[in-house]
Amino acid sequence: MNWIRKKIDKVKEPFQPGEKLEKFAPAVNALDTFLFVPNDTTKKGSHIRDAVDLKRTMITVVLALIPALIFGIWNAGYQHYTQLGEEFTFIDAFLHGAYKIVPMIIVSYAVGLGIEFGFAVKRGHEVNEGYLVTGLLIPMIMPVDIPLWMVALSVAFAVLIGKEAFGGTGMNILNPALTARAFAFFAYPTYMSGDKVWVSEATEVSGISGETILGTLAAGKDVAYESASMFSGLIPGSISETSTALILLGALILIFTKVGSWRIILSGFIGAAVMGLIFNFLMPAINLDNALTNFPWYNHLIVGGLAFGVVFMATDPVSAAQTMKGKWIYGFLIGFFGIMIRIFNPAYPEGIMLAILLMNIFAPTIDHYVIQANIKRRQKRMKVQTVKTA
Amino acid sequence: MAINIKSKRGLKLRLKGEAEKKTSPALKSKTYALIPDNFHGLVPKMLIKKEGTAVKAGEPLFYSKYNDQTKVVSPVSGKLKTIERGARRRILRVIIEADDEFDYVEHDILDPLKTDAKKLKAHIFESGCGIFFKQRPYDIPVSAEDVPKSIHISTYNTTPLGADFEYILSNKKEEFQNGINALTKLTEGKVFLGVDRNAQSFLHDTENVKLVKVSGPHPAGNVGFQIQKTNPINKGEKVWTIRPEDVAIIGELLSTGKFNAERTVAVCGSDAVDKQYFKTLIGAEVNSIIEEVNTSKTRIISGDVFTGDIAQNGDHINFFSNEITLIPEGNQYRMFGWLPFKDNNIPSVHNTSFAKLRRKPFQVNTSLNGEERALVVTGEMEEVMPMDILPMQLLKACMTGDIDKMENLGIYEVSPEDFATVEYVNTSKIEAQEVIRQGLDLMITEVG
Repeated sequence: MNWIRKKIDKVKEPFQPGEKLEKFAPAVNALDTFLFVPNDTTKKGSHIRDAVDLKRTMITVVLALIPALIFGIWNAGYQHYTQLGEEFTFIDAFLHGAYKIVPMIIVSYAVGLGIEFGFAVKRGHEVNEGYLVTGLLIPMIMPVDIPLWMVALSVAFAVLIGKEAFGGTGMNILNPALTARAFAFFAYPTYMSGDKVWVSEATEVSGISGETILGTLAAGKDVAYESASMFSGLIPGSISETSTALILLGALILIFTKVGSWRIILSGFIGAAVMGLIFNFLMPAINLDNALTNFPWYNHLIVGGLAFGVVFMATDPVSAAQTMKGKWIYGFLIGFFGIMIRIFNPAYPEGIMLAILLMNIFAPTIDHYVIQANIKRRQKRMKVQTVKTA
Repeated sequence: MAINIKSKRGLKLRLKGEAEKKTSPALKSKTYALIPDNFHGLVPKMLIKKEGTAVKAGEPLFYSKYNDQTKVVSPVSGKLKTIERGARRRILRVIIEADDEFDYVEHDILDPLKTDAKKLKAHIFESGCGIFFKQRPYDIPVSAEDVPKSIHISTYNTTPLGADFEYILSNKKEEFQNGINALTKLTEGKVFLGVDRNAQSFLHDTENVKLVKVSGPHPAGNVGFQIQKTNPINKGEKVWTIRPEDVAIIGELLSTGKFNAERTVAVCGSDAVDKQYFKTLIGAEVNSIIEEVNTSKTRIISGDVFTGDIAQNGDHINFFSNEITLIPEGNQYRMFGWLPFKDNNIPSVHNTSFAKLRRKPFQVNTSLNGEERALVVTGEMEEVMPMDILPMQLLKACMTGDIDKMENLGIYEVSPEDFATVEYVNTSKIEAQEVIRQGLDLMITEVG
């Protein structure tokens, strides 16, 4: 190890304070700290510190994403070959998916990290690790056939307008990954919805039924899939959002490591279930039911982006509510509004995306009221005290 | 009736190198030092200005510029060796060269329960014992003009490797009780004594106090937590706190008429050779207690791992410290430290490591284990904050200097030490104690 360290120290010499390339130190440090935890020590106060740092936290999220990502890559190939009616092997499906998706991941990281490094150098702070997760999330929630330049543009929009404009990591109001998707969704709707975009290369073949389940329901058609497929993820959809099973595996990793808030995840699903139940039972009673409202509540939990959104997007600590009670409310409302948008406005089957972005905006408000409760308790105590002494 | 407090939230760290419960006298220190920085907020004015002047043990050396009754006295008799000054002639250390035989300032012997409160208070401040008290809010030296709402003492030490006050006080029982009796005269309210709920201890039989039986992980042993649970501070109120051993010094002063600055110091930490308790005096040389160490490999902490200060060979121990902790410096690089579930030998409350499963005590070093980042992760601070305080929101209010918000979120109830666990756990490596200290200082200048 020592000789690697010495080599790196040698390479870093021109970037030391006072040297020629001092300005670019954050960029070099970012690469260096990927190999080694720096030798920084505590100065005062608490002389010892926990083993965790932001890098470890972010890598844990990436780990939790891997099962869903690998499945998404294979499913892209699976959907492609089954819809085309061609014979294929497991490897074929995987290779086809990788051929489509790996370039998207590379573009996302290249553009996003490029901007992050640029801002770090310009602002003179270290590169924050948040983009390691965002950069992977963005391709995972896109349709498989989206052109690479659109990925690049969405990433640039998300990082520049969604994050850096607010002051960088930790300051953003909206979840950057969802900002990227929302940008693509509203800027290029033809690439982001419909029945041709969810199956790889479907546009080149006619007669494909590559609609998502929510798309089918919105069109008033019958759903051709069983609940089991919806849960396992063998359905068309955005790349990694289809397999509820593997998303739940990721959720378990997040909850076990305490990196993701179990409060948000649990309350998110509860909120969605409650809204689903309301539609299932209330709408028929007032004769306003349709295919979407009658779609069983438990199926609502396993189709579309709900599971992925609640587990990986809503739990982003920066854009979520920060107080414990606030997290319950925040998660619940995401599930609740997500299903509501999905059903009331069939043009936006991505109800979850919109619900999370909406609640991102309201998270500070939720926190405000939770904090007010703490403040009121303190003020009440003071009043009691003054009455006593008076 | 005793108050029972059971705390669940907090941080329990088992570290290597606990001090064995046996006490030896330390080597005689040649010099003793008083460090004005140990009394945050005190601007020292020297009473004895000339270097070389002979001083008695218990003779005032300097006083607080804004509070002339708050005096700091010499722990030993000898001569004033140097007044060490820094930039803009700020006094860094006042060093006294000790005599072989001590000559004490003689004070009256008083029975605290029979003495008039005013007279007793004047006596305590005149003899230099007023500096032992700290005021909440702000965690600063007290003013003799104030009458505190209550006085709080905690003998329950929950800091990792922290000195056991019950053990320290076990041979000062009478002095301690006498000191407690004196404290009852200084407040309009009660004297609260925090004790370990689960221990069988003579401290549970202390008279004239409101007993607070506490159990739970750190910071349950901090007075700040105990104050909030028993008699919370509201805006405009003042309470005093004092450390247990200092109560015994006051008790001894009243019964013998001598200011005996005895300090029992636990030498602990994985790098300490002789891990046990040593009897010495306030401000003694570090090297009269421990051997010289290579400070590029070992850190000497005057105090505990959470709140102590870095000391060098030749330095003197802090005024209030009951520990000298020696742990390895963490100035080495660690490869691929970001991999989850790697390096499980470093304690972590986060579940991205298997450290929690370890049964043996941890060997810790001073590595930051990362770099400072923007605040991202939420929820972790609340897990180690048992007080009714929103730690992240209060920290952010302090960072932005938002006085109204700080006040609303309870800045008057906290001191930096209450945020030590928050500082330890936080992923972004924010210096939480420093942020709180700056917040408190801002409140002092803006609100007073």
